[in-house]
Amino acid sequence: METEQIKIRPAAKSDIERVTEIDVKNTGLEKAAYWRDMFDRYGEREGRFFLIAEYEGEAYGFIIGEVRAWEFGSPPCGWIFAIGVDPDARLKKTGSQLFDAICSNLKASGVDKVRTMLARDDSLNMAFFRSQGMMGGPFIQLEMPLD
Amino acid sequence: MKLQKATKCALFAVLELAGNSERQLSATDIAEKYGISANHLAKVLRDLGRAGMVESVRGAGGGYRFSGNVKRTTLYDLIQLFEDVASSEDSRDEGDSTEIGQALGRVLAEIDEIAKATLKSITISTLLKTMEWHAQREKLQKSGNAA
Repeated sequence: METEQIKIRPAAKSDIERVTEIDVKNTGLEKAAYWRDMFDRYGEREGRFFLIAEYEGEAYGFIIGEVRAWEFGSPPCGWIFAIGVDPDARLKKTGSQLFDAICSNLKASGVDKVRTMLARDDSLNMAFFRSQGMMGGPFIQLEMPLD
Repeated sequence: MKLQKATKCALFAVLELAGNSERQLSATDIAEKYGISANHLAKVLRDLGRAGMVESVRGAGGGYRFSGNVKRTTLYDLIQLFEDVASSEDSRDEGDSTEIGQALGRVLAEIDEIAKATLKSITISTLLKTMEWHAQREKLQKSGNAA
C-alpha cells in the first residue's frame, strides 16, 4: 500500500462492516450496531463528517467529527470523536490524511478550531493528535460514578 | 511544574542535537547557547549517552550527535532519566494517612497523572514540529499586522 494510493471520501453504508472490523482489530470490541447508528447520525449530514480512507476499493481507516456549539460557553468548534486505522494501513500517513481531510471539512463549515477528547492512557492516539499539531485546550473533562 | 537543572540541560541538549541529527556539537557549544555550565552539561551528556540518546564523536571537530529515535522518544522518557517520577502516592509524609491527607493526595495524584500523560504523548519529533508551526504562525500574524 502506497500513501499516494489512499483516497479519502465520505462513508457509505457499505463501509460499516469494514469500520466494525477495523474497530475490533483496534479495541477488541465488536460494536456493529453502534457503527450503523453512527452512520445514520453522521453520514452525509450538514456539519457532520464520517470519512473513510480507501485503498483499492476497501476501507482501511475512518474518522468522525462534527461542529459543536455553545457547550459550556464554547463558541462553534470542530470535534473529532472517533478515529480508526487498520493496523495493516499504519505508517502510510492514513491517519494524517483522514485528519487533514476532516479539518478541511470543518474549516469549510466555518469553524477555526478543532478539539478531541481521549483517555489519559490512550498513548497511541494522544501521540498521533499531538503530532498533527493539537495541544492541551482550555477545557477539563470531569466525571463521577452514579451510585 | 519545575524541573531540576540536570533535566532541563538534558532536554535542551537532546532537542538541540535532534533538531539536526547530522550535526555534531560540543558540550561547550550547547552550554554557551543555553547559558548552562559546560561541566554540568558534560555529566548530563554522559548519562544521555548511557541511555542511548546521544553518542560522542571522536576525532577532529568531535562533539556529540543525537543517536535516539525522534519519533519514539518522548519528553517523559528523557525526564524520567533525571527526575524521580514516582507518583505522589508512593511517598508518605506525616499526615498523609489522615482523611484530609488522603483527599489532598487524590488531587495531587490527578495532577501527576495529567502531567505524565502529557509528557508521554509528546515525542521529540512532535516538539520540534510544534516549534516550526509556532514560527510559521508568528510569521503569518506579523505579515497580517503589517498589511
